[in-house]
Amino acid sequence: MTPDSRQIVFENVSKFYGEVLGVNKVNFSLEPGITSLVGPNGSGKTTLMNLMTGLIRPSRGAIYVLGLTPQQPIEFFRQVGFCTQFDSFPPGTNGYDFIYWPLRLHGFGADQAAKLTNEALERAGMGQVARRKVAGYSKGMRQRIRLAQAIAHHPSVLVLDEPLNGLDPMARSESIALFQAIAKQGMHVIISSHILEEVDRISDRVVLMSSGYVVAEGQIREVRREVRDHPMQILVRCSNASRLAAAAFELDHVVEAKILSDGQSVLVRTRDAEQFYLLLNKIVSGGFVEVDAVAPADDDVNSIYQYLIGSDGGQA
Amino acid sequence: MSFQDLVARAQNWSKEQPWRLYGSQISILVRNEVSRNLRRRVWIYLLAFIPVLLILIHLMVGRHNLDVDQIEADTDVLAGIVQLYYFRLGTFFACMGIFTWLFRGEMVERTLHYQFLVPVRREVLVVGKFFAGAVVAIALFETAVLACFCLTYARFGAAGKSYVFDGPGLAQLGSYLLVTALACLGYGAVFLALSLLFKNPIVPGVVIMGWEVIAPIFPAWAQRLSVTFYLKHLCPVSLPLTGPLAIFTIVAEPVAPWIAVLGLLCLTIAILVLSCFLIHRLEITYTAE
Repeated sequence: MTPDSRQIVFENVSKFYGEVLGVNKVNFSLEPGITSLVGPNGSGKTTLMNLMTGLIRPSRGAIYVLGLTPQQPIEFFRQVGFCTQFDSFPPGTNGYDFIYWPLRLHGFGADQAAKLTNEALERAGMGQVARRKVAGYSKGMRQRIRLAQAIAHHPSVLVLDEPLNGLDPMARSESIALFQAIAKQGMHVIISSHILEEVDRISDRVVLMSSGYVVAEGQIREVRREVRDHPMQILVRCSNASRLAAAAFELDHVVEAKILSDGQSVLVRTRDAEQFYLLLNKIVSGGFVEVDAVAPADDDVNSIYQYLIGSDGGQA
Repeated sequence: MSFQDLVARAQNWSKEQPWRLYGSQISILVRNEVSRNLRRRVWIYLLAFIPVLLILIHLMVGRHNLDVDQIEADTDVLAGIVQLYYFRLGTFFACMGIFTWLFRGEMVERTLHYQFLVPVRREVLVVGKFFAGAVVAIALFETAVLACFCLTYARFGAAGKSYVFDGPGLAQLGSYLLVTALACLGYGAVFLALSLLFKNPIVPGVVIMGWEVIAPIFPAWAQRLSVTFYLKHLCPVSLPLTGPLAIFTIVAEPVAPWIAVLGLLCLTIAILVLSCFLIHRLEITYTAE
């Protein structure tokens, strides 16, 4: 495969730490936009990000980021910014120097580096505390100063390992807005996060990982289609839950109909959602049950994730 | 491929390299590393200045014979301090502390990834860090050797001044400073490479120390793989040692001073080239530290 200069490409990538599997046979390519890596601890998200940025080398396979590899560090790291989840900093450094000196290593002159540093600090909301020692920062501030360093040189690919950890709701919302603004400029933003609701809301696509394998990849709805065989959940709020549950059970494709604790909602799991909606129309038109609300209960990353890897996505 | 082809390739490669960027990156790395090292290595200051303190105490509390014969005796004492303490212990352990910490210390502190995520070739990183370590080690130990020299001869007044400026004193000082700088470069390169080869470079460091002591009993070609082999040829004063200590003064195969200097620089460069290969194998796996 010829590496595409706009894509991030993983070609049959495996990484083993001795006999321990990091990731295995990873194949995918990512277009610009926001991509979320989702999976529980140890699923290989950080390994994938470290491989992408050259902090570790693949045992097998090849990785191209915009047609470049980390073996070309000058070109590569002008295009890539990585905010790792290592919460450690050079001893004695302050927020300003933490961003300024790496920019000087990029080859920026003193004035340009100072300008970019101030701009990054403002974008991350750290301008006021930039001259304080990083050791005195709160966890959220440390997270934001790392983010500021990652975006300071205006990379085309921004890799963010758990970037929302430790942020208060306001900072989280600002960071998400920043990611979306960067993605809108045609750049890649790769995010790993365990806050699935936020990933769901901001992602253009997801990569679901489990035990070192990519179990699904694509847009959320595409991923949902990949697991079409798995029963879909539909939540119905109605006036007569037991009647609806009994009618649903008569259908072959319904595998479960559960009355929820409020007594007015039924959670139906079906292999054929369209057939179930037809039944629902019949029941409603027959006047047996009044339906207040119908909603798919699982068309988000969290539930897809639960389907795919049989685990609680909320714990990822 | 002919020799001309190889030369042409090398020239093309050289023209493609952004040497100015490399130079500015090295100067930034040196600046950052020097300030970091100078701040945090208090025990290395002690290692460098213990003989200075001892000489100072001796001057303050001792009874002194200030005749000319004593200058010769003190010259031998100074030679002993430089050759036995500084070359074999002081610079050795200081370089172990400074140069192994350049990469391994950053692994322990979990900050090395910042160096790997900037557009800097890893070879440039090795060279920049090596220069930074060398600046710190050379500055400390040359200052200490200079202080020892000044304190040794200052107390003799006019006779001491005459020994230094009209006699062999100044040449000896030049030799000591040269050998100190070369010792820092040689040991520095060795410990930098060891820190990239081993998670705990202390044990191989002790093995290297043993090798430096016993190298004189090995064939001449093997001796060339030790740092002290080159340093001994540059020492201006022979130590009058007898018994087991004489092993420190054995010169199996005399070589010219310029060959000794060139030999040590070549050894240093060869070890740095090895380090440049090793750095490409290095991965950020802090959990393994």
